[in-house]
Amino acid sequence: MPDTPARIEPERYELTAPPAYRFAVDRRDFLGLLGGGLLVVFSAGAQESGRARRSEALPQDLDAWLHIGEDGAVTICTGKTEVGQNIRTSLSQAAAEELHCPIASIKLVMADTALVPYDMGTFGSRTTPTMAPQIRRAAATAREALLDLAAEKWNVDRAKLSIADGKIACAGAAAPIGFGELTKGQKIAKTIAPDAPVARPLCQSVPKLAAREIVTGQHKYTSDLTRPGMLYGRVLRPPAFGATLANLEAPSLPGVTVVHENNFVGVAAPDARTAAASLRQIKAEWNREPVPPGAAFGPGLYEYLKQTSEPGQPDVHGSVADGMAAADIKLAAAYTVAYIAHAPLEPRAALAEWDGGKLTVSTGSQVPFGVRRELASAFGIPEDRVRVIVPDAGAAYGGKHSGECAVEAARLAKAAGKPVKLVWTREEEFTWSYFRPAGLIEISSGVRRDGSIAAWECHNYNSGGSALVGKYDIANQRNVFHPAKSPLRQGSYRALAATANHFAREVHIDELAHALHMDPLEFRLKNLKDERLRAVLHAAAERFRWGTGNSKDKGIGIAGGFEKNGYIATCAQVDIEDSRIRILRVVQAFDCGAVVNPDHLKNQIQGAISMAIGGALFEQIRFGDGQILNPRFSQYRVPRFSDMPEIEVVLVDRPDLPSAGAGETPIVGLAPAVANAVFHLNATRLRSLPLLEGGL
Amino acid sequence: MPRVTELTVNGTRRPIDADPDIPLLTVLRDHLSLTGAKYGCGEGQCGACTVLLDGQPARSCITPVRAAAGKQITTIEGIHHPLQDAFVEEGAMQCGYCTSGMIVSGVALLKKTPHPTREDIVRHMNGNICRCGTYLRIIAAIQKAAQHA
Repeated sequence: MPDTPARIEPERYELTAPPAYRFAVDRRDFLGLLGGGLLVVFSAGAQESGRARRSEALPQDLDAWLHIGEDGAVTICTGKTEVGQNIRTSLSQAAAEELHCPIASIKLVMADTALVPYDMGTFGSRTTPTMAPQIRRAAATAREALLDLAAEKWNVDRAKLSIADGKIACAGAAAPIGFGELTKGQKIAKTIAPDAPVARPLCQSVPKLAAREIVTGQHKYTSDLTRPGMLYGRVLRPPAFGATLANLEAPSLPGVTVVHENNFVGVAAPDARTAAASLRQIKAEWNREPVPPGAAFGPGLYEYLKQTSEPGQPDVHGSVADGMAAADIKLAAAYTVAYIAHAPLEPRAALAEWDGGKLTVSTGSQVPFGVRRELASAFGIPEDRVRVIVPDAGAAYGGKHSGECAVEAARLAKAAGKPVKLVWTREEEFTWSYFRPAGLIEISSGVRRDGSIAAWECHNYNSGGSALVGKYDIANQRNVFHPAKSPLRQGSYRALAATANHFAREVHIDELAHALHMDPLEFRLKNLKDERLRAVLHAAAERFRWGTGNSKDKGIGIAGGFEKNGYIATCAQVDIEDSRIRILRVVQAFDCGAVVNPDHLKNQIQGAISMAIGGALFEQIRFGDGQILNPRFSQYRVPRFSDMPEIEVVLVDRPDLPSAGAGETPIVGLAPAVANAVFHLNATRLRSLPLLEGGL
Repeated sequence: MPRVTELTVNGTRRPIDADPDIPLLTVLRDHLSLTGAKYGCGEGQCGACTVLLDGQPARSCITPVRAAAGKQITTIEGIHHPLQDAFVEEGAMQCGYCTSGMIVSGVALLKKTPHPTREDIVRHMNGNICRCGTYLRIIAAIQKAAQHA
């Protein structure tokens, strides 16, 4: 069987919904400007985000990637967004390493659509494998141009030059010369060679660049921004999903702008309190859509998803029927995962300002160019009249791909003729954003007495296709993702369905090992040839002291996996106190190729494990009748200090391999490792996330 | 209840004109441009809005401004404490949105308990959410600052 390319689009669940509102049109021009000095450009079409999304054509202009001004300032432009994954630091590191200059001399301009090259968005763990090499190429191009300039200036052979600490020196010559001095009076443009080889990262723990601003409260998130004359917006929300406005009575309020266009009702007021008070004075009647039975949280949800599902495209190897016929032991089990919320601590926020026909919106989004498209479409204006700026944001986790808050703020600002800031309330964020898909995963399998897996059939309903096919060597398998009719608006979430699919697969593997009376690690290794996955399993097990036969090793579980070119293995130890699962200790080994910044990589892995505890143990969106029933932190439990186990991270560095992104995959191993540990402790097999749903 | 016309913030008397029942957080952020304290939940559940009132940690999103009048209000902008360096050194943040509240809460803990145990830290800090999951690093930062105290 030849290698089957992934048939399932990894970002299937990225929202593609048309804008919620469309408004009337006007026009004016918008221009971006660049300064002189040394400019490194790249022709569009071959850039990082070089594949057009769906029907959208890429811009055909030249994009500026790097600029060295006459003052020596190095400015680098990228469409990526900083949402806590710390790429402002890692991308600056890439440039500084290539330019041999202090990281502090680099200014990274991120996610300002007027200044940076087009980018699809910050998702899919793409920044490290694709944007970092691109920035390395731009910086290397600049470095070579600077060396050329120095050689020309001193009239020496380039071989005599060296570059360090932001200066170029010539053996036996006068004082080293800075970048700015070399570029003074110049107007040079260089083009990046698209396929130029790039150096591997130096594996340095450079501290987070914005850390000082953050610990002093000086960093400005979108919600902290103000503009002169700015108003505060609020939006009237329907009582249920899908409800349409039947009738509206809005009193005239002094100093308050009330907007009512189709289904959109919002206010803009001089202060937040007046905005909230104004909203309460609006009397609206809504027509609610009937909600189909089953479209509510609870056990019936999974049957509903299955009933509304599509056949899907099977990924087939060999014959499952033949494999089953050869199996000595057969198992079938169903696993479920609930809808969960991203709940970034900074809710959606936007500050919108019109200048004639030009619109500028600052907003915390992972997809600035997508938001620009949404805004242009909503207001019927060309995209080049819309500028979207994303200040380093208060997290996202895949939850901020959409631009509805930006559109709402812009609509209010247009009506008010003043800048408007709109910050969603926590309840709005929990209700009107989107959710990680719920799903039902059914697995049937057969093993031989020698411990080899003979057959594997897996059906995932609704949760998604990421990591649907595992790395185990199973000659006969059939894996199918079935899209279904989700009762909730669903979308990307850190690692997408890889969490659900790893949960189901790695718990099922544990069940097979148990049926065979085999050690779960030994069983995995027996069915795995993949060297990198074997290596992380060994690394985690060794640190965890798995299989040492210590009688204290009660309640231990293991899981492993692969996603987005990252290999992961997780060992967990649990205890049960008052019917609560208490995670005592987690060891996680991770291989994402060459390590860029070991301390920040560990931070991402620790953070992913911590976040995973929520989805594993208690996070679940409760909903029914078109409403979210737990849209507050007092009702939706997220991990806290008291939930933290001891966490040990083992980095398996592969400096010989390209770096993969690391913000997502480290989240997938915890839930199955914990579920398997619970079984090891008290023989209770938990097959639903969150694990406490249904109880112990 | 009369309007609140003055607050003492970070050692400075600041004239304001606010309804007495407006949340302190709104006054700090919108009236006084002190945006270090963050809105996270509006119900005192996440701790992103934490400030000190006469040295005691308070959730400014559920504290009416009248309750802060006449008290010494300390926000992150008025804090200069080794814990801030410890946060930087331990890399105890990702997106940083919770960090102001974490530091203000941590400073209050260290003032009350200069050498807290891990259990002290967990108990005191448990009302502060870090959705990015940097809890263990925050614990390490507080322990580090305690050592240097």
